[in-house]
Amino acid sequence: MAKTIAEINKKIKEGKAVVVTAEEIVELAKKHPTKKLSEEIDVVTTGTFGPMCSSGVFLNFGHSSPRVKIGGGRVYLNGVPGYAGIAAVDTYLGAAALPEDDPRNSEHPGAFRYGGGHVIEDLVAGKEITLEISAYGTDCYPNKHVSTRIKLKDLNEAFLFNPRNCYQNYNIAVNLSKKTIYTYMGILKPELGNANYCSAGQLSPLLKDPFLTTIGFGTRIFLGGGIGYVAWWGTQYNPGVSRTKNGVPTTGGATLALIGDLKQMKSEYLRGASLTGYGVSLIVGIGIPIPVLDEDIVRWASIPDEDIYAPVVDYSSDYPRRTGKVLGELNYAQLKSGEVTILNKKVPTGSLSSYRKAREIAETLKDWIQKGSFLLTERLFSFPSAESGYSFRMMKEEN
Amino acid sequence: MDTQQKKFVMHFPRKLVDKPIMSSLVKQFDLEFNILKAYVTPEEEGTLVLALYGTDRNLIKAITHLKEIGVRVQSIASDIKMIEELCTACTVCIPLCPVGALYQDRKTMSVRFDAEKCIACGVCIKACPTKAMVSTI
Repeated sequence: MAKTIAEINKKIKEGKAVVVTAEEIVELAKKHPTKKLSEEIDVVTTGTFGPMCSSGVFLNFGHSSPRVKIGGGRVYLNGVPGYAGIAAVDTYLGAAALPEDDPRNSEHPGAFRYGGGHVIEDLVAGKEITLEISAYGTDCYPNKHVSTRIKLKDLNEAFLFNPRNCYQNYNIAVNLSKKTIYTYMGILKPELGNANYCSAGQLSPLLKDPFLTTIGFGTRIFLGGGIGYVAWWGTQYNPGVSRTKNGVPTTGGATLALIGDLKQMKSEYLRGASLTGYGVSLIVGIGIPIPVLDEDIVRWASIPDEDIYAPVVDYSSDYPRRTGKVLGELNYAQLKSGEVTILNKKVPTGSLSSYRKAREIAETLKDWIQKGSFLLTERLFSFPSAESGYSFRMMKEEN
Repeated sequence: MDTQQKKFVMHFPRKLVDKPIMSSLVKQFDLEFNILKAYVTPEEEGTLVLALYGTDRNLIKAITHLKEIGVRVQSIASDIKMIEELCTACTVCIPLCPVGALYQDRKTMSVRFDAEKCIACGVCIKACPTKAMVSTI
């Protein structure tokens, strides 16, 4: 019999909800029939922890005396520029932002030691941050320069708002050229020296609800160690991609825009990242609860690594040139074994996404739900479906 | 007396590149050696990464001798370090390590560093997104 979210929440409040992680349900499904699991289990928790460049924070600093207006001026946090296109003391600091004096790739490969992602980690860790504002001055906002030190607890609002997180699936990056390349998928050694992937596979949120049957606008989630919400479908959302017969996308697929109060978050789940030769980013920890409403949900949530495939892409040529060429497909069980075969060559694998942390997040979320401190939400609306025709367009360029 | 293995990075200045130094380690100090990596830079300085086997006393004597004749010697075990609190247990460093000093504990899925195997090439320092691998020199 199908369950409702209200019924599951009632059980959570009574401390009676049965919660398992996505890893646990994979094992349970090998021994027990789907019907039995759908009746006995109430929630499946998922987790992922990987670099997600399309992340950032909205901050409000409070007003200086005399007042200063950031909009149209400049704002820096520990030397990293924030967005200066909104009201007086609001800014958005993006994970990929770099100080203006960072040498970038002028000496290739650049080290990218500190940027937006690191400022976010430092803020969450409670560290003091240097704030510099320069403005043009107006009658109502006369101050032209403010230099001070701030801490997260002193700010008014601080919320993480990530336009694209939680990619449903992702490429496996290799390098077929004769020289080492430095990418957002890590250092790739020449002639298939290594293959890097970036997904928690069987623990990853959107791989366990492949058609976003339960996830939508307003879904409450674990975000960066605190509570967050799904705020929209993410940029580059692409539900119409090819899928295996179990419904799992074999490439990128869906993404999510996420929002949450930065003040609740923990730096162990929001980490600045330096990707040699590429830039800076933010490693974000996300966990999404999947309510077990019916048997289909159990079927999807128990899909194992062996049945989740990702495409192998050459990042020395096909990726930058956007040819769309795929060298093959591999599943996450193969990838996690540490060695795969690509074009008849044995290739060692590495992952940018941490399975250990993904597991830790799914366990933490399970614990919150079991303790009754985290209730599930009913989404307000669902996102464009696989059959909707909604797709990801490429840039139109003038020749 | 117990013999043990220790690994070193040795930098040979130009004047020593063509001297039979390695054979002296065998003859004078009763050591065995295994060359893990060797290269000569464009300035013709030689760099050698090697494992030495012998008694503690002979190892100390040999290293003292090498330093006296102008070889710069760095012990490898103390060269590259993993700061475990900074490691997020992604695994990007693992396929890059040329000697398998970085590996995954399949049960906990944590990344482990075997300092004994490390030859201090430094690729893990470049590869680590969270700066968990550091050089202690």
